[in-house]
Amino acid sequence: MADVVNLTIAQFQPKKGDYSGNLKRFEQLFESFMSADPRPDVIAFSETVLTGYFVEGGVRDVALPASTFALDLNRAFRARCTGQVDVVAGFYELHENTYFNSAIYVTLGGDEPVIAHVHRKVFLPTYGLFDEERFVEHGLGVRAFDTRWGRAAILICEDAWHALTATAAALDGAQIIFVPSASPARGAWPQPDEEIRGPASMHRWERLARDRAEEHGVFVALIQLTGNEGGKAFPGGSVIAGPHGDIRARAPLWDEASISLSLDLGDITRARASSPLLADLRTMLPHMLRSLGRAGERE
Amino acid sequence: MKRIAPIVTGTTPPPLALDCELTTEWLVAFLRAEFKRRGFRKAVVGMSGGVDSAVTGFLSARALGAENTIAVRMPYRTSNPQSLEHARLVTESLGMVERTIDISAAVDGYLENEADADASRRGNVMARMRMIVLFDLSAKYRALPVGTGNKTERLFGYFTWHADDSPPINPLGDLFKTQVWELARFLGVPDAIVNKPASADLIHGQTDEGDFGISYAKADAILNWLLTGYTPQEIVAHGFAASDVEIVRKRLGSTHWKRKLPTVAMLSPTAIGESYLRPVDY
Repeated sequence: MADVVNLTIAQFQPKKGDYSGNLKRFEQLFESFMSADPRPDVIAFSETVLTGYFVEGGVRDVALPASTFALDLNRAFRARCTGQVDVVAGFYELHENTYFNSAIYVTLGGDEPVIAHVHRKVFLPTYGLFDEERFVEHGLGVRAFDTRWGRAAILICEDAWHALTATAAALDGAQIIFVPSASPARGAWPQPDEEIRGPASMHRWERLARDRAEEHGVFVALIQLTGNEGGKAFPGGSVIAGPHGDIRARAPLWDEASISLSLDLGDITRARASSPLLADLRTMLPHMLRSLGRAGERE
Repeated sequence: MKRIAPIVTGTTPPPLALDCELTTEWLVAFLRAEFKRRGFRKAVVGMSGGVDSAVTGFLSARALGAENTIAVRMPYRTSNPQSLEHARLVTESLGMVERTIDISAAVDGYLENEADADASRRGNVMARMRMIVLFDLSAKYRALPVGTGNKTERLFGYFTWHADDSPPINPLGDLFKTQVWELARFLGVPDAIVNKPASADLIHGQTDEGDFGISYAKADAILNWLLTGYTPQEIVAHGFAASDVEIVRKRLGSTHWKRKLPTVAMLSPTAIGESYLRPVDY
């Protein structure tokens, strides 16, 4: 397992519904990212990155099997790059005759892409401006998975708003939790924290990324979509939080941007040694599970 | 033991105060994205001399350039001359392209057959004529009409259906009137426009607040509570006058239809907008 993971997150603005056109742009992005020194081990993109998020019934037009998505990403990568890279990317998935809002973790560069994991979004926002449950089905779980450098997990957007999901991922050994998101900006009122300029919803996201990272001693990479979809603005503001709840990097508002940085996985060890909350939770987990089971049976 | 007062005593609706710099960036980005997606570089904005159209003009000038913003003044013969002057304040301060189209002949040409038309009907004819002008000029200049309606008038149904609300994009439609005023001050809209009472300028001396029977400041605050899910009783318990809450509730509750497309009889399992759903930018 690696000591350091070179991560690039890409805050991308897709053209709505133009899967092929957006994929074509990925060729250029891959080339640009892979020319960096150090080369990234992982490139992470947002939720529904090649189609846009609000497609309503258009899910039926743009959804595709994970294997097809992986092949397309691999072709885009190999068009201009050599070597290997891992990619996290969200997409509308057709799986066993059912539609999902999913994200893939796949290794590109070989003759065939190697899929390590497909996470299917568990918590589908269906309130206010959201209507996901009308168009896709729920994923049924969260798990960590092995990668070339260590262990990771994926939570998609609202998944990360529930404390339990990150808890499950961390208990399952995740060192980095990737959170591909597509979260429209809401709240134009002044914010008390002048360090962070942005809509209220963006502040909430940053707080959340820091809290999840600090509670479990993990890295959290939040990758936001950007652009404007029918009056709903995706503000960007992607962040990478370290295991002390520290913000390592922050992408700008509104615009496309990428951030590359090296994550020292030893930081996880140090954070957990000084604040062993995850170990405490593991010890008490049987009791907590009984509590959860009891609470879950309430009507 | 030292007694400490609570920081807040309960939940309240989202603040109405704006981060004006952020809001401006947000709306400029919105305009640029919509124009790019729709393949237009020029805007036509009906410039009434009021604060909504002035703010829309300022935002359009920032997003597209003043040279790409065509401000159209459309007076009727009974319009307040000051409205025309105030519209010019905006166009001159920004260096916009200005057109003045007097709608009197067109409006009167129709109304001479309808001598009994009351003020409301006459106002609606004027509003619809102004949209005929805007959409026609949009074809002439290959420009996109930009709407100027704010959230308060949309929620009150205080507009002519399929007229003021007909432009395909609107940057102000989610801002209450008091927020438009705040943004206007930030953007540098001339004081004469920001500080005058809002008026549809259909009848001499008419003001919006006079028509409503409540100030925008109170109406916006009450709307903010109602939209957040508080009941009229709860809002009154927070210190608002029951009569004010009733004015707002009644206007809001009686105008939902004005915020919708026409009602279509559904016969199939694939009714557009009911079962067959695709977003506007798909």
